Amino acid sequence: MAMTLRDIINKLLRRQPASASTARERLQLVLAHDRSDLSTELLDQMRKEILEVVAKYVEIDVDEGAVSLETEDRMTALVANLPIKRTMTGQIKLKEPKNQSEVNSPGTEDTDQKS
Amino acid sequence: MAIDTRVILICSGKGGVGKTTLTANLGISLARQGFTTAVLDADFGLRNLDLLLGLENRIVYTAQEVLEEECRLDQALVKHKQESNLSLLPAGNPRMLDWLKPDDMKRIVDMLKEQFNYVLIDCPAGVEDGFKNAMAATQEAIVVTNPEVSAVRDADRVIGLLNTNSIKPVQLVLNRVRPKMMANQEMLSIDDVTDILALPLLGLVLEDEQVIVSTNRGEPLTLNSVNSPAAKCYLNIAKRLQGEDIPLIDPAEEISGFGAKFRRLMQTKIF
Repeated sequence: MAMTLRDIINKLLRRQPASASTARERLQLVLAHDRSDLSTELLDQMRKEILEVVAKYVEIDVDEGAVSLETEDRMTALVANLPIKRTMTGQIKLKEPKNQSEVNSPGTEDTDQKS
Repeated sequence: MAIDTRVILICSGKGGVGKTTLTANLGISLARQGFTTAVLDADFGLRNLDLLLGLENRIVYTAQEVLEEECRLDQALVKHKQESNLSLLPAGNPRMLDWLKPDDMKRIVDMLKEQFNYVLIDCPAGVEDGFKNAMAATQEAIVVTNPEVSAVRDADRVIGLLNTNSIKPVQLVLNRVRPKMMANQEMLSIDDVTDILALPLLGLVLEDEQVIVSTNRGEPLTLNSVNSPAAKCYLNIAKRLQGEDIPLIDPAEEISGFGAKFRRLMQTKIF
């Protein structure tokens, strides 16, 4: 996000940012939803189901998980940010299959899935 | 004789952003450049194009009588007195909305195409039937918007619909630009709007009190007040439509006086 001299001065003086940047951010958010044609309820339901599916395979932090729509250049992407919980040994713990509950690959803290 | 006609839909989604004013001024400008131009008021519910052109007292027949074959097309067309290359096809009675279909709009536009270089369609606000009927008859479109959240959001909806219906090219006119507010970053910038809507910018129009004066008189600015800020913008838009390479004005340059330099400094992008 581009910052201007005015933005920086406003930040330093703890003033409200100029309204144009607020307008831009609000628009980007609302347009992502308009363009996807998904209602908040549908998006919520999808978020829940995605988390359920992912939770079958890895242990994730459900409270931290975020699924959102982001838009750039008239292209809307579904972005899922799902922090994976580590085990005591610092490795990702897999729930399934049960007899192979641990993998030795180095763990990543989160995954970005774009569709 | 078949002529190559450009049919352009002027639409916005939101009402009151300046569709009709743009249609009237673009019509005058193109006619001035020597092109035979028809402006079609497709806003059957709330027609106003006749009023902005000062032709409201000269309407005898409308698009409705033409469609019902109660009169010939040339009987319904109202020729502008000062600018004889420009004709208005007035909107009919609001009751037309009950039966009007996309094919009816196509029929009217096909008739106009036989005699005009340009057909400009002044689209009604909204994205319902009125818009869909008008869209059915067009090849290309100009989307008018203002640097405000509601206007940009509605423009986005309209652009989506134009894209699904393969209307192209679709170009953007950013209307009612206030350079001082933009410099103070209290108004969405040109870049903000073009980035969000991802359309080529055909032109911007500065906020200008003379627009209201011109509508009071029924004389579009491009007719008699060609030196007003908005009139210059409209004339440039008409030229760009012809493919002329006219540089866009920089709103920051439009601010005069002491504060201008300071405002420009504050706008400097740091990172």
